[in-house]
Amino acid sequence: MATIKELSRREDRLEGGHRLCGGCGASIAVRQVLLGAGETPIIAGCATGCLEVSTTIYPYSSWKVPFIHNAFENSAATISGVEAAFKGLQRAGKIPAGKKMKFVAFGGDGGTYDIGLQSLSGAMERGHDMVYVCYDNGAYMNTGIQRSSATPLGAWATTSEVGSAHQGKEQRRKDLTSIIAAHNIPYVAQASISDWKGLTAVAEKAFASEGAAFINVFAPCPRGWRIPHDMTVEIAKLAVDTAYWPLFEVVEGEWKMSTRRVTRENRKPVEEFLRPQGRFKHLFKAGNEELLARIQDEVDRNFDYVLKRAGQ
Amino acid sequence: MPTQKTVAQTGNVLVAEAMRQCAPDMMAAYPITPQTTIVEEFAKFVANGRVHTQYVTVESEHSCMSACIGASAAGARVMTATSSQGLALMWEELHIASGMRLPIVMANANRALSAPINIHCDHSDIMGARDAGWVILFAETAQEAYDNTIMSVRIAEHPDVLLPVMTTLDGFITTHSIDRAEMMDDETVTSFVGDYVPKNALLDTDHPVSHGNFAGLGGPYFEFKRSQRLAMDRAHGVVNAIGAEWSGITGRPFGMIETFGMEDAEVAIVVIGSTAGNARHVARGLRAKGVKAGIVKVRCFRPFPAAELADALKGVKAVAVMDRSESFGAEGGPLFLEVRSALYDLADRVPLVDYIYGLGGSDVKTELIERVFTDLSDIASGATAPAGLTYLGTR
Repeated sequence: MATIKELSRREDRLEGGHRLCGGCGASIAVRQVLLGAGETPIIAGCATGCLEVSTTIYPYSSWKVPFIHNAFENSAATISGVEAAFKGLQRAGKIPAGKKMKFVAFGGDGGTYDIGLQSLSGAMERGHDMVYVCYDNGAYMNTGIQRSSATPLGAWATTSEVGSAHQGKEQRRKDLTSIIAAHNIPYVAQASISDWKGLTAVAEKAFASEGAAFINVFAPCPRGWRIPHDMTVEIAKLAVDTAYWPLFEVVEGEWKMSTRRVTRENRKPVEEFLRPQGRFKHLFKAGNEELLARIQDEVDRNFDYVLKRAGQ
Repeated sequence: MPTQKTVAQTGNVLVAEAMRQCAPDMMAAYPITPQTTIVEEFAKFVANGRVHTQYVTVESEHSCMSACIGASAAGARVMTATSSQGLALMWEELHIASGMRLPIVMANANRALSAPINIHCDHSDIMGARDAGWVILFAETAQEAYDNTIMSVRIAEHPDVLLPVMTTLDGFITTHSIDRAEMMDDETVTSFVGDYVPKNALLDTDHPVSHGNFAGLGGPYFEFKRSQRLAMDRAHGVVNAIGAEWSGITGRPFGMIETFGMEDAEVAIVVIGSTAGNARHVARGLRAKGVKAGIVKVRCFRPFPAAELADALKGVKAVAVMDRSESFGAEGGPLFLEVRSALYDLADRVPLVDYIYGLGGSDVKTELIERVFTDLSDIASGATAPAGLTYLGTR
């Protein structure tokens, strides 16, 4: 792990001045992940989404590394093709044999959990030497806050509305990190932008792994979550402290918690994560006590599952 | 010194051999009948170390074209093959490949589209992709499939073109039938296709570029599309020039269209793909009986050789277009619409009729083509033409 001093000297590979919203979690995720690649040349790809449309408005680009956007559901397949080209050209002697390069694909939760799941699964199974980074903000934010399979139980979204008959999303969220861990790739991690140093450390490990690696980064969206734009990091930290978003790694099949700070005993009630967010405000109205309790149960069940897998 | 050897092989094996000789840096492979034997054959070249190609066994055709786009943007020479449902699944990516101006070469085994499911030959798949911005070549024989594949690389990578190319052959009829063909020696093909020198390659990390940027919000989307139109227009001359060059080496003729008996034809059939052979056979027989029958085979569908067709068909008394695909609700099949448009500016109107034939591999017997010529002779002698569009040979 690089020291803060070393990190401070590394170049930011996502230039400022892009058009993401103030307080957007995605750009923090990208910046910290790219810092983890060190000085090695890197090629980045991105699925269609906020991150892509806001950083590559022609003729400008915020990416100081070679970058490719293809479509919504195929960021993983596209970068797998770039990596394959590198190998083929290296075998042909057109790229020096000793040359190292890193490949990273970004996608939001819509482009990863939902429409891009097949493309991601294929790329992970094939074992391309690449890192896939999902920035999970729990909805289709670019098209205007529609529910995805990453949207939390009970959350309001424009396609899981709150009204007299329904109280937001009625399904549990998909556990994508476990699904990717089940691909038996060398490195999988669940991280958060609130632990910026930990995120860069996780990225360093992912880039250092030979073969496919996956990082699921918790990245709040102030616009979609109905929070002030200066609360991004605080909310992300609450997600970790309430064990809504446990931080863990799966290294060569071995699960381990990234932090011992949050335990079964001291984890904060999930209410503390939910209450500041406008997308959950209906949960605190009379009549929704049962739903609120169900959400807490769900968080406990998931945290317990992760701790057990980590041998705790 | 170019050396050719005579081989007896299927169209798919010859396409795979042509691809090996063109030495792609990356190939994406996904099975679909009747294309599969192309990527299977190539897998043997990979297994035996005969190619340097990075062979990527993708999990779908969508990821196939996605990975090809990534690899091509990275700066690699990229090839793949597909068919039917696979081509349909790629639809989104076909437009992105051409819009990003990536010289990918893909073979397509022309096959019917579901539903009902059917694995046999027609042109529904490829005609559904005709507006995707790819150069599209059709082969009549295994020989042409081989030659077209080699020429495709030069056409796609030509600096005046930089468009993806589909080299197509008819499912089973051409992909799986063993045919006699002349195969060129490896060195001659290698030197003909040359080294690919990519522009703006992602792998050139010293000169970072962004591919696939957002050109909306009043951005230059419209201008990008015009530049694609101009590239496709330029492809017309490039296809002919590359064809002439390959002809010079192989001794086999190549034009965007190929004609038979058109010097004095009074009745003529316009046809694409493997059926051209049957049509030529029937026309030859009729000519022996004194019928001035002719055939125009279209070898390049995009860019469409409109001027060549108008020139070949002007003055003909009756013309039939044979379409092996539908454009439901239109005046005729895709080829008919193109040919009629190509003839519109002629001073004298050429009577034109359309026949939809051979869908889902329905047999194209010589009697059916004889019936078309009989209809054409009737029209030429003043009898009423068959109304509109005819389904040829339906039970």
